[in-house]
Amino acid sequence: MVSAVQTDPRAVAATVTDPELPMLTLADLGVLRDVRTTDDGTVVVEITPTYSGCPAMGVMRADLLHALHAAGFRDVEVRTVLSPAWTTDWISEAGRGALAAAGIAPPGRAPVRSPGPIPLQLGPARRTAACPQCGSPDTVEQSEFSGTACKALRRCRACGEPFEHVKEI
Amino acid sequence: MHEETVYEALANAQDDGHWAFGTGFDEPLAGVDTTVPDGVDPTDLGAYCLMLGDDALVLAQRLTQWMTNAPELEEEVAIGNVALDLLGQARLLLARAGSVGVLGRSRELATDSVPDEDALAYFRAPGEFRNTALVAAENGDFARTMVRLLAAATVRLAVLARLRDSRDPVLAAIAAKGVKEVAYHRDHAARWVLRLGDGTGESHRRAQDGVDAVWPLLADLSTATDVETRLAAAGVAVDPADVLDEVRGVLTQVLDQATLRVPEWPPAAAPRGRVGEHGPELAELLGTLQGLARQHPAATW
Repeated sequence: MVSAVQTDPRAVAATVTDPELPMLTLADLGVLRDVRTTDDGTVVVEITPTYSGCPAMGVMRADLLHALHAAGFRDVEVRTVLSPAWTTDWISEAGRGALAAAGIAPPGRAPVRSPGPIPLQLGPARRTAACPQCGSPDTVEQSEFSGTACKALRRCRACGEPFEHVKEI
Repeated sequence: MHEETVYEALANAQDDGHWAFGTGFDEPLAGVDTTVPDGVDPTDLGAYCLMLGDDALVLAQRLTQWMTNAPELEEEVAIGNVALDLLGQARLLLARAGSVGVLGRSRELATDSVPDEDALAYFRAPGEFRNTALVAAENGDFARTMVRLLAAATVRLAVLARLRDSRDPVLAAIAAKGVKEVAYHRDHAARWVLRLGDGTGESHRRAQDGVDAVWPLLADLSTATDVETRLAAAGVAVDPADVLDEVRGVLTQVLDQATLRVPEWPPAAAPRGRVGEHGPELAELLGTLQGLARQHPAATW
């Protein structure tokens, strides 16, 4: 077992992967907000949910505790932070690369939300995403919702393959 | 030890942290500062969180009734995801109500291991629910379901957008997150209403029937309860009258484009659902929602 003295808890927490997108670490996903050690030696980890109903939060907590305990940190506290709300803009460049390599189109820039009313979008979503299989930009959205809340379903017109796209929020 | 399958790994786990649900481990507000802001009555704050939380919980339950029945697979997935977002918002809001001690009799009826938000969801009587009639009404056909979702999401989005500035930081954070989600719900429903209204004769007729059935449910939507009035004055809540123009504007815009007739807005009525007055359809819905938890109060899943 690795001694806690020799290991940075942040480095350990940063290796934990997302249960639904296992090609991404929680750090790459932007869910891991902070790792610090208090004066009494407790490791405090802060995570934020992607979506309000994200069913993976419990598993993320368990995996973080497991990894840190295994690395020799005895006292670990995993806290939820709700603000600021998670945005796909927090997915790292490495994370975007890992998504694309796994056949999932990474998100574009998240829409900027003004303080006032949210304008209605009656037309088809103006998102674009290149096909992660063949690279063609000629793709069409099938549904704004897919296997998980964070993804939309698209199809490539060039190669015909369906693929998922992490939608911008 | 090397496990052959994921099931063996789960069976060999030494603690129940490997389970995603039912451990009480993933409390939605774990580690969040739940201090009530100065000058705010915690009982009012809890009551308001029940209103918004129950709207989300009841609508989520209605939407899940479409599972295995949606007109196409993509729509099944979409409705499921919308319901999941709402269920997540409900968990946060009911947990917030629990954090300020607004639990009614649910805490006495639920076993100690049941978290506050589950106690509130499973162990309150229909008269203790604070959702509006708009979300409790039966689904009807798919067109009516989408018209109701459009109306409910439009109202919710307008309220949550304002609550981003609430003086209660927990409510403001839940709202900021919810705005991103409900914007997707509203626009998804709006596009369906457009397709159905401006579609075939049959789809137009069904969409218009849906509008005519849903509109009377909007009567008590803009009338504030005493709780909302007090909390709005304290900068914590939104006076529902303040969102009326915006809601009417959005709904009219969608219906006009969908070639649907906009019914007259119903005359403002006194609050009903918000003060616990519900029709039999809520009791029936809660019977399904609460049945398992009440028959097996210590069960986890």
